[in-house]
Amino acid sequence: MKDIIIIGAGPAGLTAAIYALRSGKSVLLIEAKSYGGQIINAAKIDNYPGLPNISGFEFAQKLYEQATSFGAEIVYETAVSVEDNGKTKLVRTKSGEHEAKAVILATGARNKPMGLSREDKLLGKGVSYCATCDGMFFRKKEVAVFGGGRIAVEDALFLSDYCSKVYVIHSQMRFGAAPSDVEKLKARENVEFVLESNVTALLGEEKLTGIEVTNKKDGSKRKINISGLFVAIGQMPDNGAFANMVELDEKGYIAAGESCLTKTNGIYAAGDCRTKEVRQLTTAAADGAVAALAACSRI
Amino acid sequence: MKAIELTNENFEKEVLASDVPVLVDFWAEWCGPCRMLSPVVEQVAEGAQGFKVGKVNVDYESDLAEKYGISSIPCLIVFKGGKEAARSVGVIPKDRIIQLVSQAV
Repeated sequence: MKDIIIIGAGPAGLTAAIYALRSGKSVLLIEAKSYGGQIINAAKIDNYPGLPNISGFEFAQKLYEQATSFGAEIVYETAVSVEDNGKTKLVRTKSGEHEAKAVILATGARNKPMGLSREDKLLGKGVSYCATCDGMFFRKKEVAVFGGGRIAVEDALFLSDYCSKVYVIHSQMRFGAAPSDVEKLKARENVEFVLESNVTALLGEEKLTGIEVTNKKDGSKRKINISGLFVAIGQMPDNGAFANMVELDEKGYIAAGESCLTKTNGIYAAGDCRTKEVRQLTTAAADGAVAALAACSRI
Repeated sequence: MKAIELTNENFEKEVLASDVPVLVDFWAEWCGPCRMLSPVVEQVAEGAQGFKVGKVNVDYESDLAEKYGISSIPCLIVFKGGKEAARSVGVIPKDRIIQLVSQAV
């Protein structure tokens, strides 16, 4: 049995592992896909203190190496439930079970899909969730970004360097991104804003050839011919499996305060999966530390 | 066995004319998720039985990327008898990669 099981090996989970291991506890990380979490999609990180200009991949790699150098063990399994047996907790995965004295949920969040018909079919055939991965395939082509947050604006800036035209489709008038980035984007000649509008249909059979955009105010529809659509309409959590152990808010995030304590003793929530205002690398790392130290003091 | 470096020159011989199915990883240096997936694909290659594994760097082999309609990476394609038998986009865990191959084998 391990002292602490951490579900999710993104920045919050890996930071929690570092703190727990340095406190002399044994740690098992359970990760469903690959370590690093969403940050691996970032071409460049400019807001993590002390590490300017690092790529998301490099950041994830360094964090992973740091955690494993202290003795973190990691298994690649999908956690399906956590059972509270008082002093011990049992985590079941699709392929086995693991026991520990405390559990830290650091399950993060994933890209929110648009919920349009044929979205899955056209994924990788013109529909993408990662501009930095796929932007190069649309060099000199017309594309659209759907969303108005930080990632959408960064994606649009990145794409406007390579693509002949970038439509920015956003359901609001205002952007939820750094004002300096929004100004930069507005100054780009090959960027057209389609505001107060949503993407309402995907066009094209075998691959994406265009989108239907509907204006929210007057309901008018417009067809835009593009070969690539980059979706950045936000994130959603994936905590359904733990709903019996922790309280979820209306969006599905785990209700826990800055102390990272959930309603069940010995189960903590850290990082993007927790109800919070600011979801950044720094806040994920901070949660990891807080949750790990709370868990360590209890066992 | 290690994953084979595939190019426009050897693709026909190593993949299309192969007598066993081939799992091909389309990737690029600048793509973070690709670099997360690559070591897992290498692991699959080490343990490959009844199929082989290759990788295409889309930066150097843009003709191959275009020919197979790659517009999102990482992209895994399983070729069997010279034809595409299965495809998956994005980072997936090792067991899903093996599943993808076993569908085709």
